[in-house]
Amino acid sequence: MSERILSVLVEDKPGVLARVASTISRRGFNINSLAVGPTNIQGRSKMTIVTELESVEQVKKQLNKLINVIKIVELDPENTIESEVLLLKVSINKDTQTSVIEKASLSGAKSVDVGSDYAVFEMTGASKDLDKLENLLKPFGIIEMIRGGRIAIQTKL
Amino acid sequence: MSEEKLSGAELVVRSLEYMNISTIFGLPGGAILPAYDPLYDSPIRHILARHEQGSGHMAEGYAQATGELGVVIATSGPGATNLITPLTNALMDSTPLLAITGQVASEAIGNDAFQEAYTVGLTMAATKHNYLITNAEEIPQILLEARHIATTGRPGPVLVDIPKDILNQKVEWIEPKLVDLPGYKPTLEPNPKMINQAADLIKKAEKPILYVGGGIIHSKANEELFELATKFQIPVVTTLMGRGAFPDGNELCFEMPGMHGNYTATTSIQKSDLLIAIGVRFDDRVTANPKFFAQNAKVIHADIDPAEIGKIREPEVPIVGDAKSVITGLIERLEGSDLKTTDWINELNQMKKDYPLSYIQEEKGPLKVPFVLEELQKLSDEDAIVVSGVGQHQMWISQHWNFTQPNTWLNSGGLGTMGYSLPAAIGAQAAYPDRQILALDGDGCFQMTCQELITASTENIPIKIVVFNNGNHGMVRQWQKIFYKNRFSASELTHHTPDYVALAESMGATGLRMIEKSDVKKVFEKMLEINDKPVLVECIVDPEDMVFPMVPAGGSNDVVILNEDDLKKL
Repeated sequence: MSERILSVLVEDKPGVLARVASTISRRGFNINSLAVGPTNIQGRSKMTIVTELESVEQVKKQLNKLINVIKIVELDPENTIESEVLLLKVSINKDTQTSVIEKASLSGAKSVDVGSDYAVFEMTGASKDLDKLENLLKPFGIIEMIRGGRIAIQTKL
Repeated sequence: MSEEKLSGAELVVRSLEYMNISTIFGLPGGAILPAYDPLYDSPIRHILARHEQGSGHMAEGYAQATGELGVVIATSGPGATNLITPLTNALMDSTPLLAITGQVASEAIGNDAFQEAYTVGLTMAATKHNYLITNAEEIPQILLEARHIATTGRPGPVLVDIPKDILNQKVEWIEPKLVDLPGYKPTLEPNPKMINQAADLIKKAEKPILYVGGGIIHSKANEELFELATKFQIPVVTTLMGRGAFPDGNELCFEMPGMHGNYTATTSIQKSDLLIAIGVRFDDRVTANPKFFAQNAKVIHADIDPAEIGKIREPEVPIVGDAKSVITGLIERLEGSDLKTTDWINELNQMKKDYPLSYIQEEKGPLKVPFVLEELQKLSDEDAIVVSGVGQHQMWISQHWNFTQPNTWLNSGGLGTMGYSLPAAIGAQAAYPDRQILALDGDGCFQMTCQELITASTENIPIKIVVFNNGNHGMVRQWQKIFYKNRFSASELTHHTPDYVALAESMGATGLRMIEKSDVKKVFEKMLEINDKPVLVECIVDPEDMVFPMVPAGGSNDVVILNEDDLKKL
């Protein structure tokens, strides 16, 4: 099954997230990633939903039936810019400190807080690059990691 | 000059009046009490149900009979949770419903307050849309929006939840305006290109079938359908929700297909080369296993709800639009064409002769439901409204009653809600005080909502109820006979308790009973004479009877079980 990215423009009303999520889960589909945030238009939010489906046609139609859903676009991965934010807290000690910071910064992560026994990194980028950072730092002991969910935008007009 | 301030509760009542609502159904309680006070002075008729489920079905019956919005009002907590069945029922059968529920005060929401339930969350999947009002000023606007959503596009239930403090909040009346809902724009006019493609397929078809359902009735497209079918000689089958959309008795009408449909209707689809599906959703009770459904047919599927198209069967021609516009478009595009369907119609009529619906009513034997129904129809008015429960009796009514007009057949098709008949009949009678409203129910169904008989008596609603008493959950028993080796686990009720005649009398209705063939005519004559109060006829019928034809769930419509002997085919 292939990954599908739905970009859903919604009215910024209470309960809209629950309606969208329950419409998808009612059909037994898993959501791999979901990110919600405001848009440049007052009163409109955008949800980026990543799911694995044979066909999204029926889900799109069901979502379109929701009164608060305005527009749904399935993004073509070929013409899509994706981004995700990550915060990662990893264990360090005197011996590993330099190597951890070096590895992280070479991967494109920024150190935002460094203590004597931990470091926090922030990284924004494609999800697969965030995966790489996670794998790279795993041997040092990841204490906590949070990812913000994937957001995506079409490159063409 | 500023207008006089009104409470949220007064705004609710004034909004209902503003929308010309004349009758509502409900039951008061703590959180909704503020709204009941101004209702006391309002010309709106409030019918007090004995259970919120009953009030919901009453509103549905009102809506199904009139094609207009039904309104129900209930309190918070259990009042709202008791509405979930009628809301879901209305969602499945696309019935326009507005439910107004009281909620605990805003500051108590989420604190597990007395009679608190998360109504908006609980009814999210049971409604087309729902609202929680947070400011009394919004009340007129939201109620108007709610009506708009409930009654347009594919109709359905909308719930508006109002906290008690909002009902007591004093604000000014702001004239509601139907603003643009950016995410809700039903497509009514079909794409002409699709109509052309459909017309081209129809012109070439040799064995077309119009497969039509509830969408025709919602769209009030029965006259257009009649023109399309008769002008171009296309046979018609009507689904359970579409009974009455095309008149039974017409030579082109082959009535209901599907699990308990007649052989010809079910088989006509299997033999067809073109299904013209309008206002239907390829329900499993029609298609059986969709893999084997209409394998030789191309499909034109027109529906107002785009999510229905391609859900079960991918059509060759998808059409999104209102049934009336779709059919009008098809008639225009077909003008002047001469479909060669005479052989096809003859073939179906021969089939109808070879495989009739049949039953044997013995002179001294137990009463058979089909016989009783046919006798009742002979005595009742042409425009009588028949309201059914769910199960064997429902299937027999659909098979044996001649429906000639839309909105004369009310039943719970999608959800299959036992207990629907009696309260829905009350709703229909509230809309049409002078028409014959016949609640034809099973004993199992009747026992689920029979307290509403008191509502009918006290509100002077003279419905006519027939309880087909076979002492069993008949359809369950039928399945246990066929699929569970006659092990009648928890399906036996008893013929004797309650005493239905005494029960009716105790609830302020007239109670009558029929046992033998010779009783039928005279008891029904007596029943139909009583118009000043409800009347209940207990009709004792044979528990061994089974509904045929039958296509078992998940089977193929090519294998229709015609009678008990045929069960060996399974």
